[in-house]
Amino acid sequence: MAAVTLTDIVKRFGTFTAVQKMSLEIPAGSFCTLLGPSGCGKTTTLRMVAGLLDPTEGDITIAGRRVNDIPIHKRNLGIVFQNYALFPHRTVAENVGFGLKYRGVTKAEAERRVAQALELVQLPHLADRYPKALSGGQQQRIALARAVVIEPDVLLLDEPLSALDANLREDMRVELKNIQKRLGVTSIFVTHDQSEALAMSDQVIVMSDGRVEQVGTPEEVYNTPATEFVARFLGAANILEARVTARQGDRISLEAPGFTQVEIPRSRAPHLGDATAARLVVRAEKLVLMPEGSTADAALMIPATVEAVDYQGQAARYFLRVGDHALQAINMIDIAPFAAGDKVVLRLLPRDCAALPAR
Amino acid sequence: MGWGLIRLYAIAVYGFMFLPVLVVVLLSFNANQFGSFPMTGFSLRWFEALWNNDAVMRAFRTSLILGLMTAVISTTLGILASLALVRYRVPGRNLITTALIAPILVPEVVLAVALLLFLNWLGIGKSFVLLLAGHVVFTLPFVILVVQARLVSIRRDVEEAALSLGASPVQTFFAVTLPLLMPAVAAGALFAFTISFDDITGTLFWKPGGVETVPTQIFSMLRNSISPEINALGTVMIVMTVGLPLLGAGIARSLATKRGK
Repeated sequence: MAAVTLTDIVKRFGTFTAVQKMSLEIPAGSFCTLLGPSGCGKTTTLRMVAGLLDPTEGDITIAGRRVNDIPIHKRNLGIVFQNYALFPHRTVAENVGFGLKYRGVTKAEAERRVAQALELVQLPHLADRYPKALSGGQQQRIALARAVVIEPDVLLLDEPLSALDANLREDMRVELKNIQKRLGVTSIFVTHDQSEALAMSDQVIVMSDGRVEQVGTPEEVYNTPATEFVARFLGAANILEARVTARQGDRISLEAPGFTQVEIPRSRAPHLGDATAARLVVRAEKLVLMPEGSTADAALMIPATVEAVDYQGQAARYFLRVGDHALQAINMIDIAPFAAGDKVVLRLLPRDCAALPAR
Repeated sequence: MGWGLIRLYAIAVYGFMFLPVLVVVLLSFNANQFGSFPMTGFSLRWFEALWNNDAVMRAFRTSLILGLMTAVISTTLGILASLALVRYRVPGRNLITTALIAPILVPEVVLAVALLLFLNWLGIGKSFVLLLAGHVVFTLPFVILVVQARLVSIRRDVEEAALSLGASPVQTFFAVTLPLLMPAVAAGALFAFTISFDDITGTLFWKPGGVETVPTQIFSMLRNSISPEINALGTVMIVMTVGLPLLGAGIARSLATKRGK
């Protein structure tokens, strides 16, 4: 059953259309991510679900109830904001207990639930502090406790990790996902960070220019992008013009002139249909650089020249030339990275390629 | 050499401004029956005389009531106006802001005469309500400036968080916005009170016959004689208009540090 449904949602600000005819179903208990660059309409969508913005057209239902005309304070939602938005004049316990005051919960029951929520985010010892005395990570956990203690129908997370520093962000990511799983609360998460989206979500909704580009599991959107935008947004991808040369059973043969000929599983080209003109998608992580003369079984070996190297510590990004094509590859560094000017061969497994229809 | 001179000059300017005030305070404790030097001894007799002077006490009560009512009305209106102007898209918002702030920019005499003429034209006579209205118009800009500045710094998402947790807009205002706004509200109210309490220009134009505030009372007493009582009254005025804001600021600061721990 869908916990949240959006039907033909349009949102206009004056002449600017932020969200165009968007329809979406968020399954109950799932963790769904609205992913896209800034300005793609993901936050606007979240704010419409929250009731902080009114859709220009279309319907929103939460738990089977149409909520278009229901104000935010009657929607029973938990929202976690980017900048925590804790009440600075109240203690941690008062912050967490805030929502319970408006729900006719007895004082003893409220105290028990606040304690439980603080236990959940592992900060029971901070109950009497003021938010100002807490670190960013602690504040965001308190904000999460405050949002889930009211047992919301939906938990809305508006880039909750982006104000935290890098290491903390990864820890919080795991913890947030664990808490969501344990509570089983339907969650809508907004982010522009593709690795967050892939790591945390049951379902990723990739958006651009106010439209849904693709909905799918992290593997689906990563491995079989529906559009060039999705292919490029979820990590670096090389996209080459190609032609379908044959279709046999569950396999499709493609030729990318000046690069290679490759036979890929049909499942990696679900959006191609019967078209002949296609584009071959090769993820930068799937092109493996090997010294000149290396061989491998069941893999394509494509000669290439390293033009530039971007050293990143454990990995390196290589700028390569294969004939007329400029390609990128991202490889873990084995002992030492290849250097600019090196002749290499690129190992590519056919099953790691995907195909899109031509533009 | 250059800096020494500037320092000397600065001290001289401040001396020129504040020494007369100091003299007034000093002389209010003088036992002598003439309000001038030399001092003949320390005494509270002039304060006692004030206490027993019906006209002064009446003026004092009037000023107090006027100041408090001005503070309450001005602060309430100021909060509401600031909320509307900062939180909602009001058409003609810049024009309204300018109009509300204008009384600071217009010379007080002009404002006083204008209001008086306007009410005359409407056929409404002078009254305490008119006096109060004048003081509200006159103090409102100060409240709005302070409250707006504070309101802008209160993040919208804190209010949105309260709303999402089930508080209605009105409950959100009282549970979140107002407490966060409190320092500005207190400052605005103090401003309004002290400005109203020592205003004389507008008050002279607006007050109905027979009603005196402390400043107009001093003014009329000065016309007859220079009684040492005036020194005592001046001292009381100074304590009220300087001491109260200082006290308020002190309380605000101690509250702020307590919360920060």
